[in-house]
Amino acid sequence: MRATAAEQTQSGTLVLLCLASWAVPGAGHIWLGRRTKGLIFLIALPLMFAFGLGLHGRLFPFDLNEPLVGLAAIADLGIGIPYFIATSLGYGGGEVRAITYEYGNAFLIVAGLLNLLVVIDAFDVAMGRK
Amino acid sequence: MQSHLALLVVFAFFVSLIFAVIAKDEPRAQLRFGGLMFGGFLASALVLGWLMYPFPL
Repeated sequence: MRATAAEQTQSGTLVLLCLASWAVPGAGHIWLGRRTKGLIFLIALPLMFAFGLGLHGRLFPFDLNEPLVGLAAIADLGIGIPYFIATSLGYGGGEVRAITYEYGNAFLIVAGLLNLLVVIDAFDVAMGRK
Repeated sequence: MQSHLALLVVFAFFVSLIFAVIAKDEPRAQLRFGGLMFGGFLASALVLGWLMYPFPL
């Protein structure tokens, strides 16, 4: 059974919403009118990511020969545009000798994963499940 | 910042905040859920830390 034009439009909007929510943490919630939630995500998630960079965490490369490194890279990318800003400015090289290196990695990875949860939440809100 | 405890507190704060805002809609419920989660993070980390204390690597 083929989708109607309205359904196709809706699915297109949903994809756009999820992309916006991924690229800018909280943008999906702000788009859906949940401004307070969106603003909290917009402030807290990039701040957590910045903490990770400040703690000398590493933005892992997409190395498929090392499965855990590849998974960490995907998690890092979950934060969206802040990832690209950090890499373009030369941050995220990681200082393995720093005491806080592993903490930095935890902050970077978890910030990305939390943003992916936020994307799923925005999707659920858009679908009327919440 | 190099204090393990301070980093734990900051990490627990961020994670609890995001989970509370995702899981609950009302501010009061968010505060309760986030507070419980934050306390759980700290308590479990301290308890596990002391439990591991006698076992050197």
